Amino acid sequence: MAWEFLTVYWREMIRFVRFRAQLFSSLLQPALWMAFFGVAMSSNLDRFASAIPAPAGVIPLDYLTFMAAGVIAMTTLFTSLFGGMSLLFDKNWGLMREMLASPMPRTHIMFGVSLSGMTKSFIQVSIIMAFGLLLGVQFFPGYSATRIALSILGIFAFVAAFSLGFLLFSSAISMRLESPEGLQGIMTLLTLPLFFVSNALYPIQAFPPLLQALSVYNPLTHLVNGIRYFALGSDFFAVGAHYTSTTADVLGSFAYLAVFAAVMYLLARWTFEKAVVT
Amino acid sequence: MEGDDIIEVRDLEHLFGDFAAVRGISFTVRRGEIFSFLGPNGAGKSTTINVLTTLLPLQKGRVHVAGYDVAREAGEVRKAIGIVFQDDVLDRDLTVQETMEFHGRLYSIPREERRAQIDDLLRVVELESKRDERTKNLSGGMKRRLQIARGLMTRPEVLFLDEPTQGLDPQTRMRIWEYIRQVNGAGTTIFLTTHYMEEADILSDRIGIIDHGRIVVTGTPAELKNALGEDVVYLETEDDRRVRDALSGIEEIRSVTDSTRGLSIAISADGSQCIPKIIDAVRSAGIGISSVNLKKPTMDDVFVHYTGRELRDTGA
Ligand SMILES: Nc1ncnc2c1ncn2[C@@H]1O[C@H](COP(=O)(O)OP(=O)(O)OP(=O)(O)O)[C@@H](O)[C@H]1O
Ligand SMILES: [Mg+2]
Repeated sequence: MAWEFLTVYWREMIRFVRFRAQLFSSLLQPALWMAFFGVAMSSNLDRFASAIPAPAGVIPLDYLTFMAAGVIAMTTLFTSLFGGMSLLFDKNWGLMREMLASPMPRTHIMFGVSLSGMTKSFIQVSIIMAFGLLLGVQFFPGYSATRIALSILGIFAFVAAFSLGFLLFSSAISMRLESPEGLQGIMTLLTLPLFFVSNALYPIQAFPPLLQALSVYNPLTHLVNGIRYFALGSDFFAVGAHYTSTTADVLGSFAYLAVFAAVMYLLARWTFEKAVVT
Repeated sequence: MEGDDIIEVRDLEHLFGDFAAVRGISFTVRRGEIFSFLGPNGAGKSTTINVLTTLLPLQKGRVHVAGYDVAREAGEVRKAIGIVFQDDVLDRDLTVQETMEFHGRLYSIPREERRAQIDDLLRVVELESKRDERTKNLSGGMKRRLQIARGLMTRPEVLFLDEPTQGLDPQTRMRIWEYIRQVNGAGTTIFLTTHYMEEADILSDRIGIIDHGRIVVTGTPAELKNALGEDVVYLETEDDRRVRDALSGIEEIRSVTDSTRGLSIAISADGSQCIPKIIDAVRSAGIGISSVNLKKPTMDDVFVHYTGRELRDTGA
């Protein structure tokens, strides 16, 4: 009885593979971001950064490696924010009524959609990591095979918690909106501050104090922290800044994402329970 | 009584903004029967179905479906019902088979049973050859048939069919009727809406006629037709008012009402035998006749008849 969300998931994945254009763009976009932005920026930034020497005993990392974690985070953010879009289409085309009138608990609609959004993010993250290695990204420096496997699991856990929060958010918003354009507008508006007030592409250390304080509340910052911890280790030097993190820091970041997801879950559940569609 | 009524609606009202789509209707549907809502466009049929199936919130009144309150026990109601929507709501990019699979899984039908049902139903609606076709490539009638097949899959306690055979060819329509009866025979109560007098007549145990958000009359098809008379004669004359007096002596005439052009005269016997009497009566009163027309009862006639009576009752 409690597994109907897999039905919604199944349908979402059928759509994902069937909409060829969407499938390819979602796979290609992060790779392009890495290839162009990453390569162009690294040749610039690495030149400046080399002026600041790394402290003794700390591994210096190039910019491409530093930003790869940011690209993973950013891709996850985009995919998750737009993950609710299919609900909007369902609603507008009247398809949602079939699910709303069925005995399936309404929360399963958002679970199914979220699970499929998460799957898409996992696929994208895997592609970025594989493609990044080809470009020379130095993830998992000197790790043993076991440690690499565990690190990948850690990254996926962070991606899962983060994307769940934003997918639920996106689903809730989609249920309240009338048009895809509206969703697009809101999401674009949200993406900019989320993206730039974070440590995805550059160190926070150089931010003005206010932005630095704000970035601490940004879930994206915590996702990036988690990914860097698992991919790069707890002590590294990049873009002129020294990064250290403890296990407690990482658990704190994960807890923050989990709480964020829980709050979004409550919001989404409330929205779905009283959903009215004609 | 309580136990026998699977749907109970008391003083249901529904507003869209200021507009009252449903204006205080009450009716009951007995367990095991086929009940039809017969009414013109915009009468409030779909709105009523949407409230009964928990897709719209209950604004005013009391509604019980399968013993559960739609406002407080929506989840239980949803477990007990199935719906075929009026408009085409199919996922364009799923195949016929997948569309059925999806629905069956939503209702937690076990795999074996699901597969068997799908095979069975696709045969009934003759879509076996389209099994792997995406629904966007189906013709209008095929889409309709697929949706009916889908709705019939779950064998619910109450099945709501919102204009199920709209736009279907006569053969398919008859086959669908047959299947609806079969589903009904297996114990499912059917609530259907329709424009077609014929459909309501052939299928229903009871019919409610609805217009402008109100139920005008409820009864068995026989009751409604008897009240209407078997045949209707349309008469256009120089002076309709005097014709009424002239016809008062003919005992086969049940009622005379104004229609869009001229009068509609409901006859309790065979209309073709009554026409000469009518013509004689009108001629002998010295009134010129411009047109005479005989029709078997249709939805329009029933409708004109009942709304006409209601107007007279509440009006003057
Ligand atoms: N979401 C809505 N917002 C505003 N008005 C609505 C809405 N849904 C229905 N209405 C109005 O309510 C009235 C009843 O509509 P409803 O769909 O119930 O009619 P119906 O009897 O099903 O008609 P049809 O035979 O054409 O399907 C109509 O006047 C319609 O315009
Ligand atoms: Mg309707």
